[in-house]
Amino acid sequence: MISCRNITKVYVNDGMETPVLKEVSFDVNDGEFVAIMGPSGSGKSTLMHILGALDAPTSGTYVLDNNDVSKLSDDELADVRRNKIGFVFQSFNLLSRATVLRNVALPLTYAGVPKEERREKAAQALIATGLPEDRWDHLSNQLSGGQMQRVAIARALVNNPSIILADEPTGNLDTKTGEIVLDTFQKLNRGHKHTIVLITHELYVAEHADRIIHIRDGSILSDEKNLNKRIISHSS
Amino acid sequence: MKASDIFEETYSSLTVNKARSGLTILGIVIGIASVIALVAVGQGAQGSIKSSIQSIGSNLIIVVPGASRNLGYGVSSGRGSAQTLTPEDANAISQVDGIAAISPEVSGRYQVVSRGANTNTSIWGVTPAYPDVRNVQVDQGVFVTAADLSAINRVAVIGPTVLQDLFGSKDSTATTDQAIGQTIRIKGTEFKIVGVTKSKGGSGFNNQDNIIYVPLTSAQRYLVGSRAYLTEVDIEAQDEQSMTNVQNSVTNLLLQRHNISDPTQADFNVLNQADIVAAASSVTGTFTVLLGAIAGISLLVGGIGIMNMMLTTVTERTREIGLRKAIGAKKKDISFQFLSESVALTFSGGVVGVIFGWLTAWLITQFSGIVTQVSVSSVALAFGVSAAIGIVFGYYPARRAASLNPIEALRYE
Repeated sequence: MISCRNITKVYVNDGMETPVLKEVSFDVNDGEFVAIMGPSGSGKSTLMHILGALDAPTSGTYVLDNNDVSKLSDDELADVRRNKIGFVFQSFNLLSRATVLRNVALPLTYAGVPKEERREKAAQALIATGLPEDRWDHLSNQLSGGQMQRVAIARALVNNPSIILADEPTGNLDTKTGEIVLDTFQKLNRGHKHTIVLITHELYVAEHADRIIHIRDGSILSDEKNLNKRIISHSS
Repeated sequence: MKASDIFEETYSSLTVNKARSGLTILGIVIGIASVIALVAVGQGAQGSIKSSIQSIGSNLIIVVPGASRNLGYGVSSGRGSAQTLTPEDANAISQVDGIAAISPEVSGRYQVVSRGANTNTSIWGVTPAYPDVRNVQVDQGVFVTAADLSAINRVAVIGPTVLQDLFGSKDSTATTDQAIGQTIRIKGTEFKIVGVTKSKGGSGFNNQDNIIYVPLTSAQRYLVGSRAYLTEVDIEAQDEQSMTNVQNSVTNLLLQRHNISDPTQADFNVLNQADIVAAASSVTGTFTVLLGAIAGISLLVGGIGIMNMMLTTVTERTREIGLRKAIGAKKKDISFQFLSESVALTFSGGVVGVIFGWLTAWLITQFSGIVTQVSVSSVALAFGVSAAIGIVFGYYPARRAASLNPIEALRYE
């Protein structure tokens, strides 16, 4: 589970201090599907970087699965990212010259998983995202946007992380393919097996989560259960 | 990350842009190939000079008289021209420990006339010990014998060049049969040809085939007209180790016999074959280093090409590096990946370069006749250098990649 206490982040540029996050505190329980929502400049990206162990807060504590992540070195942060966090980016960030399977298995090479197991695990992750098997040996740049994002989700899933962090995952997709991606997240969350933190600026996208945290000017505006959740498909 | 994974990553990223990788490798190929080929030329020259010096005999020590000089600041006729080396000196030298054979000689250049032709060549008065000491072999006939020496026989053994000059014509090569038994006139005295030596090679000023050998006693009586001095004494030491000792003993003996107290004023020179080889080797060694250094410049340029390509690659793949860091790659994973790419480039360049260099050396030998010698050490060095270039020139780009901030790298457009 995630526990943030009084997270503050201040960027210093030419002696000018710019506070981006101010005393942000919240918890995310295992198996929750949370959307963090806010306009650009609200500090939601910075919050995601801290949650994703890409950056350290200026002050405050960030505890992930009972480990204090806020004061680790670069290499220790890399370990946390490798074992606990799966990223899904707006621009997919797939290796275009590699096949779907190799893209999905990439985190496993850094985790030292033996080669024979990698295909197996990658296949499981791809099945979970619902990408048809006849696409698995395609190069990733031969896929459509929705398919690429599902490959990216499979890559985030493959090492069985504690949380999946999705940064504007539908930002580069049209509404219809965006819904396919959101549907994939909802299916993964069903049974509360994966914790998902979705970062977005669109209310429509945020409404696919169970809980919405509104953030503005570096502070939490509201944090409440999503009462009118949009569900795309009921079948699994 | 495991080695096999790094290898796979390296292979796939280098094959993405084959033209660029190929051209970068070409820089290293040219560098390594030119190092191999030019060092082969240098070492070939070294080898052939060494073997031509060694062909004049083995464990050879040569004693020659010093310059003849009038008292005061007179005209010097050059080293070897003095008449200070006597047959008695030679007898005394033969008593020195560690000597296997000794060959006293007189020599001079004279006009030689056969029935239809004439030439001017060096005539050497020698003893039967000469062929052993100076490594001369008789092709046909016999060499100067002890009987010739004591009977002061007017016999001659000629070299292949003399044979051709006296008995050959523009169109035909002279055969030894034509010459043996014939009579030639040297400085007006008739000598009968009894043998022809095998070719020893050498050319120009140092043609060891343009020589006529006659008995020492005959040369003294009919050609030089004096029994008082020798032109040269050749000594064969028993083995390589005793050469320095023999050289020192001979020097001391002659200093004593000639009543000279200051060795710098000696009226003779004792030359050690090993010294001659060493001197010649140091010249060709310098030559080899020079050639290698010139080729090394092209290798350096190739290395800079590698660095340039790697820096471009790092910039192009900034987002990929950011992604790899986001999914858990550590600094050392990233730097190993890029370092292995540059080493793979230089190493494959090294392999191809060695093959090309070898081929070039072979072609040089085929078409220009220059002896080349590709040594195992230069091949090993080329491999080592190419891998080292990969590390040296790949280190900076790899470090730059590894130290990228993942957040900024992911945002990079």
